[in-house]
Amino acid sequence: MNPAFSVILLTTLLGAGQGLFLALFTAQSYALFDLLPQQDSRSFYASGSLTALALLAAGLGASFFHLGRPERAWRSAAQWRTSWLSRETIVLPAFMALVFLYGVAHWFGWKPVAATLPAGIAIDATLVLGLLGTVLAFLLFLCTAMIYACLPFLREWHSPLTVLNYILLGGSSGFTLATAFAALAGSGLSRFFATWAIILTAAAFVSRGASLLRNARLKPRSTLQTAIGIKHPRIVQTSHGSTGGTFNTREFFHGRTRLFLRSIKWLFLVAVFAAPIPLLAAAMPGPAPAIALLAFAIQYAGLLAERWYFFAEANHPQNLYYQAIA
Amino acid sequence: MTQLALVIDLNVCVGCHACVTSCKQWNTSGAAGPLADFNPYDGDPTGTFFNRVQSFEVGEFPNTQTVHFPKSCLHCEDPPCVPVCPTGASYKRAEDGIVLVDYDKCIGCKYCAWACPYGAREIDESRKVMTKCTLCVDRIYDPALPERERKPACVLACPTSARLFGDIHDPDSAVSQAIRDNAGYALMPEWGTHPANHYLPRRKTQRHVHADELERADNPLKIDGLLPKPAKTEPSLDDVTSW
Ligand code: SF4
Ligand code: SF4
Repeated sequence: MNPAFSVILLTTLLGAGQGLFLALFTAQSYALFDLLPQQDSRSFYASGSLTALALLAAGLGASFFHLGRPERAWRSAAQWRTSWLSRETIVLPAFMALVFLYGVAHWFGWKPVAATLPAGIAIDATLVLGLLGTVLAFLLFLCTAMIYACLPFLREWHSPLTVLNYILLGGSSGFTLATAFAALAGSGLSRFFATWAIILTAAAFVSRGASLLRNARLKPRSTLQTAIGIKHPRIVQTSHGSTGGTFNTREFFHGRTRLFLRSIKWLFLVAVFAAPIPLLAAAMPGPAPAIALLAFAIQYAGLLAERWYFFAEANHPQNLYYQAIA
Repeated sequence: MTQLALVIDLNVCVGCHACVTSCKQWNTSGAAGPLADFNPYDGDPTGTFFNRVQSFEVGEFPNTQTVHFPKSCLHCEDPPCVPVCPTGASYKRAEDGIVLVDYDKCIGCKYCAWACPYGAREIDESRKVMTKCTLCVDRIYDPALPERERKPACVLACPTSARLFGDIHDPDSAVSQAIRDNAGYALMPEWGTHPANHYLPRRKTQRHVHADELERADNPLKIDGLLPKPAKTEPSLDDVTSW
């Protein structure tokens, strides 16, 4: 496939935004049970939610550049029964609304108690909103990933690993960002977030590595023989049926060399996994906003490369009809 | 249930592209809007087409065959392009099985093109909506046209009648018979899309002459073999009669 920059931005920005929100709510849940010190509602939760919301809004904005007719985007909520893309366009605004409410509730200190746990722990409105937001964050990961994973003949994507990768990669970039945010907000939580960011990054390395290995061993199920239905080992295409390029040659081929692809792969392996882990470890001892921000910047840039590779690696069966390029 | 479809006979297609040009002509002039072209008379021309003819060379010289291969939307019976569409712009008609795009609803997200294993959909770069073969849905039911012209433009244009059009769910239709009698097949059956369009393979008419056919089987006593064979120098029958 030919990677579209709008979709690369969309998926990576959403992932970081979801991850950041999950990080905030994780901290709040720990604090609920006194495992972490309580944080300031305004300077920590509200401004953290605002950052997450900004990332999500930027992702939503990027998505419009992928549409030929963005003014009709509202129509895309129609087919949620069958289409993961439709489900995503419903879950994303719902999730954004919850992140917004979560931030607002924290900002105005709107914390009516909904229930009380046996140990006298009060479950207030922010926790309920955060819990709902967490559910939607995971639903959004599922929708985004299933858009790709549900297409059976794009075999590089058609795997549960795709869903796992989206969750873990989004989570690790969000927690890395949370490390930087906590250091900047002076909240003393950067050690907690950095630990989780390292764990998530390591887990993402395992699952992304597994999908790289899986994809390297895929055998194509469709061949030129099944594509045109002629049984002969030697078939040479002599005409594509067009003088110049077509939608089919532009949309489905990235036009890069194998060497370029391999370089991108190593680039993202270093930038997403190898480089951020030591930086996060270095940022652990004390508040080191610069190092943590650097870790996030490198990891996010790496994720752009990772997403580019994700699309470029997928080999669409229609390419069989364009042998001179394939 | 009706499932309209094309059956394309690769045995007769000569790769003249008449179907391509007539398709383009009909569909660019319709009410749905033009099929855009860019740089049509310049370097690197490009444009929207519903139907393209590709050519393949099969085999190794001297045993090669050139196969011309027209390709358009196959109007799959289980079309993977339809359920993925977020707007419902892509749909399959229940009454005749044609897969269509509602150009007024399409947001141009291209997801359906990703979901078609055959590369049968093309976005129109000027209207910014997804387009594809409609089986000339605006022709085949048009009462203003004479009965024999209510067929897709490509079918009418084909000079070798390589394109048949009809209902493949009707066992007695010409297309069903052609598929049955001439080993019609579907493309990429491995994905379970059940394409409605079928292709008829290249067919060679061959005659096998067996050794026993070289001798008269009804001559068990080999009596003709016993007849005296005239020497080369002797006059032949013609010589005798004209003598
Ligand atoms: S050929 Fe492609 S576009 Fe046409 S119905 Fe089948 S999957 Fe859909
Ligand atoms: S490009 Fe149009 S028809 Fe295709 S999936 Fe998107 S909205 Fe549906």
